Amino acid sequence: MYIIVVGAGKVGWNLARELLEKNHEVTLIESDRRRYLTVEQELEHNVTYGDASELWVLERAGIQRAEMVIAVTGDDEDNMLICQVAREKYEVERIIARVNNPRNKSHFDLLGIKPSVSATDLILRLLEHEVPEYGLVHLLDLQEEQLEIIEMLLGKDSGVTGRRVGDLEMPEGSLLISVLRSGKGFVPGPDTVLEEGDEVLAVLDPGHEEQLKTLFGPAENGAGSDG
Amino acid sequence: MTSSIRFVFVLIVGCGRVGSSLARAMLSQGHEVSCLDEDPESHARLEVGLDGGWEDLGGQFTVGAGLETEALEAAGIERADAFIASTDGDNTNIVISQIAQRRYGVPTVIARILDPLRAEWYERQGMHTVCPTRVAIDMLESAVLEGSTRETPGPSSDPAEAA
Repeated sequence: MYIIVVGAGKVGWNLARELLEKNHEVTLIESDRRRYLTVEQELEHNVTYGDASELWVLERAGIQRAEMVIAVTGDDEDNMLICQVAREKYEVERIIARVNNPRNKSHFDLLGIKPSVSATDLILRLLEHEVPEYGLVHLLDLQEEQLEIIEMLLGKDSGVTGRRVGDLEMPEGSLLISVLRSGKGFVPGPDTVLEEGDEVLAVLDPGHEEQLKTLFGPAENGAGSDG
Repeated sequence: MTSSIRFVFVLIVGCGRVGSSLARAMLSQGHEVSCLDEDPESHARLEVGLDGGWEDLGGQFTVGAGLETEALEAAGIERADAFIASTDGDNTNIVISQIAQRRYGVPTVIARILDPLRAEWYERQGMHTVCPTRVAIDMLESAVLEGSTRETPGPSSDPAEAA
């Protein structure tokens, strides 16, 4: 299949590599010159430089004969419009768009951009599997409204290292949903003890970021030190 | 002159040079004008050349992104007669125009699109677009043609003089 992937970030680059390994024909489009040059060292002629929002860039990449367009840039507007144009102007049969900010999901739906994939949705779906009941209903309700997932890396001076998850003073409207430790992810329980170097994911109502930053950041008197 | 002036409520998203000038012009004609911009500082641009404060003169200003439905609603999109997307990003303008049209059913929606190719395509899809680049190209082209047919291009050769 001939597939155009837009955006050579981590997602796009890896996706292009995987697709090439599966013997698809792939063109990856990247608008940042430096990033393009980096990726080009590996993917060579399979990556092209340009802003895929512009029609001529898509045409140069051969969108007229593309069977699939996957837009995974870090910009939701770009992803929406690239897919809209691909489907409505160039009649590409299949499109996939990445949603960066879950609050924009309804805009993708409004423009008929389907399917659209967001990391938030994926993690929530995972949660459904991994955590049968705890907190689940609440989270799904939040999804319809607004919700943020944030990632935090626990430094040496973090106020929570060595503490049980169950003992943390998590602000109301926030929940720790996963811990990534030495490359392995798991869903923490109340008895999980956090360690230095853990990457933790929390889901929260917008507006609680600061409270969480304070909780997970440097212990006390760390205010004002940006690192 | 005009038999019946219809006053409208216009929402302008993107309060740069174009957006703010348009906002002032429409307000001075007696229309109700609401502006939405991410940058709180752009409020100052609205008051350039005005005798009073923007709000004192009846204008409305909201800080927020055009993609945020809360911000659009706070700026009054639900009762807007006209919506103008004039941010500095084509993509933003195209997306929010479609939101204004499809989600909120604003009767008149106009998008500023700098990229002539896309402006043309979206226009054909039924979007009301204004493409300043296209306008500049046409003007430059006719200015060049006009200039080359003239005998003496004076120092102040205003194209308007020829009209």
